[in-house]
Amino acid sequence: MDGLSENNEHILEMKNITKEFPGVKALDEVNFSVKRGEIHCLVGENGAGKSTLMKVLSGVYPFGDYSGEIVLNGEVQKYQGIQDSERAGIAIIYQELALVPEMTVYENIYLGHEIKKRNVIDWNETVVNSSKMLKKVRLKITPETKVKDLGVGKRQLVEIAKAFSKDVKLLILDEPTAALNDDDSKNLLMLLKELKGEGITSIMISHKLKEVIEIADTVTVLRDGKTICSLDASKGEVSERVLIKNMVGRAIDDIFPKRNKKEFGDKVLEVKDWSAYDYVSGKDILKDINIYARRGEVVGVAGLMGAGRTELAYSIFGNPREYKIEGSIFIGGDHKRFHHPSDAIKAGIAYVTEDRKGEGLILIQDVKKNISLANLRTLADKGVINDNEEINVATRYKDSLTIKTPSIEQLVGNLSGGNQQKVSLGKWLFTQPKILILDEPTRGIDVGAKFEIYTIINKLVEEGMSIVMISSELPEILGMSDRIYVMAEGRITGELPVEKASQDEIMAMATV
Amino acid sequence: MSFFSELSKLLKKNIRDYGMFIALFIIMLVFSFLTEGVFMSPRNISNLINSTGYIAVLAVGMTLVIVIRHIDLSVGFLAGFLGAVAAILLTSYKLPVIAVIPVIMLMGAAVGLFNGILVARLGIPAFVVSLAGMMIFRGALLQATSKTGTIIVPNPGFNAIGNGFIPDFNLVDGLHVVTLLIGLLGVMLYIYSEIKARRKKQHYEFEVIPVSIFYAKILFVSALIGYITWTLASYNGLSWTVVVMLIVTGIYHFMTKNTVLGRHIYAVGGNPEAAALSGIDVKKITYFVFASMSMLAALSGILYTSRLQSATTTAGTLFELDAIAAAYVGGVSAAGGVGKVTGSIIGALVMSSLTSGMNLMGVGISYQYMIRGAILIIAVVFDVLTRNKK
Repeated sequence: MDGLSENNEHILEMKNITKEFPGVKALDEVNFSVKRGEIHCLVGENGAGKSTLMKVLSGVYPFGDYSGEIVLNGEVQKYQGIQDSERAGIAIIYQELALVPEMTVYENIYLGHEIKKRNVIDWNETVVNSSKMLKKVRLKITPETKVKDLGVGKRQLVEIAKAFSKDVKLLILDEPTAALNDDDSKNLLMLLKELKGEGITSIMISHKLKEVIEIADTVTVLRDGKTICSLDASKGEVSERVLIKNMVGRAIDDIFPKRNKKEFGDKVLEVKDWSAYDYVSGKDILKDINIYARRGEVVGVAGLMGAGRTELAYSIFGNPREYKIEGSIFIGGDHKRFHHPSDAIKAGIAYVTEDRKGEGLILIQDVKKNISLANLRTLADKGVINDNEEINVATRYKDSLTIKTPSIEQLVGNLSGGNQQKVSLGKWLFTQPKILILDEPTRGIDVGAKFEIYTIINKLVEEGMSIVMISSELPEILGMSDRIYVMAEGRITGELPVEKASQDEIMAMATV
Repeated sequence: MSFFSELSKLLKKNIRDYGMFIALFIIMLVFSFLTEGVFMSPRNISNLINSTGYIAVLAVGMTLVIVIRHIDLSVGFLAGFLGAVAAILLTSYKLPVIAVIPVIMLMGAAVGLFNGILVARLGIPAFVVSLAGMMIFRGALLQATSKTGTIIVPNPGFNAIGNGFIPDFNLVDGLHVVTLLIGLLGVMLYIYSEIKARRKKQHYEFEVIPVSIFYAKILFVSALIGYITWTLASYNGLSWTVVVMLIVTGIYHFMTKNTVLGRHIYAVGGNPEAAALSGIDVKKITYFVFASMSMLAALSGILYTSRLQSATTTAGTLFELDAIAAAYVGGVSAAGGVGKVTGSIIGALVMSSLTSGMNLMGVGISYQYMIRGAILIIAVVFDVLTRNKK
């Protein structure tokens, strides 16, 4: 095959892309080629580098920030920002949709590239064109509808319509079905297939392997920032077993350290008939939840994004988002009522949040102040903090959790993700909890740091702590938990001892 | 490494901490040059510091308000109004000074608590709440002074707060000995605390500044305190205003640095969500910060009324903006979570040094506003540019 015809066959080629962050090689000589008119799925564990690769492609990381070459339609591209990649016909649709809820669908579709006549917006033309775009994505709504009145599934289609209005050549979807229910997901996948028939090339990032198998022409697997393989579906190379093997890359035993002792004591935490209503979104977010956790046990909570797992954690942990709650909590058999996270902390619960930077840590403060924050009163006499004691405590957790930092006076914002997570853990361990709720404890941190976090988790339960671990990574759920709850749409849809659990079964329960 | 390269490295690294000290130093140098030394004369320095008092106490409170990501525009006219109320209590009701001061400050705290509840519990933007407060207290001030116009306060005890100086033994002619002793005590306390802090850092094997720079710093700051004390002592000595400023700064500095409450305030400013999840009651912190702000506004009103020996119909005009400017110039970050009360005091001194220096040079008021505006924007640009650097 000569160079020219190869250029013709491939709409996009990314060659030897390397992108480094301080301390981490996020992408290491990645090669990624997409054929014209195909649906190309990009899979890999969290932290494998999928999102980083797409950010390189879309110009979020500008030319020069990475090494390697991007070739689109046979031409080398040097994007300085998202505007450049958009002009070249690349559109990325992220999980968090970028629509303005208070505006109408047609305003949103042409937001940022309004149709103008003599510098004045031509609304008639805008509405007419929007209708065409909506027809293209098979969305049967009037363009005058406000976006806030649409469900997530339809909003996603509006985003795609917006991409079409910019004359997209390459459509990239980042976990498009993560927040969608089954019907909406099927709809979307169907649309992608139909668009393929019309010659549109799409790249889809997905964690849902069944979807991938259903829809992909080619699947590229990334792991630890490297391209592992590119599989051709038409040759029958794509199967769930092959994908998982390539994604994980090794037997699960090597990733998850062994626990020495498994002895479960009494129920430490029990939540009964627990329901929650969110005033902000106006939705019932939790319905009739009954769960418990025992001493020395890791309880996994699996489910898809939007299943209500984080909301459950919040509602138990003193309800800072002020949901309307029904039901009861028992800590060590005693009925408790929490009005604020401080009550939950006093009762022995700690919650390591999913969003470390947004809700977990104070990035502009140092390691020491972050570690002491949730239990400052024990370090104080009549409200005055004992400096020496605080330094001792911070040093103790820095050593025992092997937090890699030049000093406990280093700002947390300057640490790597894994070390930030350890600071977060240290902060909560310092509150001496009986129950530790971990929400996506290893999200966005590298494999080595993950292993360390898992080792810490094992040590804590061996010492008698009770851990509730929320995770979207099924291998992690299966590798670490003793018992697994599966959530979907605000309900517990299944409970499994780990011996009887499999990825398939959990996925089936999670997509009820 | 040589002394000077160490020094420049250190300055670069901590430019945010030292920036305003350097700015103040440069401003003082420039003005004493331009005014042929009049700027640094004992009389002018004493006046300058005393006329900073009522803005400085506001700046201290404003620091905390901005740290928790809010703003309070009502404090200027609140100070004016409560100053007038103080004048009425002293003149019409003949209450003793010792009763009036706590009553006025409690009234201030109550107003602030109310503001805090509107902001934290009902979620109304602080800008709107305090803008409304600004209008209301402006009206209230006009109402309070409507019958009499300016209220003259013929109470020497009260007026001493803004004009008087601490007593002296009169041992040496033309030199205030008590002031010198206090200055000496201040220098000794400073040196002691610096050495103690350094020992502690060394004990825990933290990074410390090189010993030569450490001594240079001690020498510099001690000389500065000594010089200012000497200057004040060769005029009338320490004024009660400065004493009030020092006490307020001392209390707030200790509170922000060493107490759980202070740590919680900075945590709320640094990341409100994380603070709430760490068991901190963000609402209570907000109530406290607004109450403290308005209480200091009351104190500012007392200082100002006492300084003018009367309550005027326009008292407090633009105080809030001077206080906000002082806080920003003093290194408080517009993004919240960062800022020291001592910095804001320096910021207030920078702003009043500019005013004083330009007055001495006979710069027109129109240019003065423009120059002060430019200094404010330079300070904030400096803050933004240095924020992301390490």
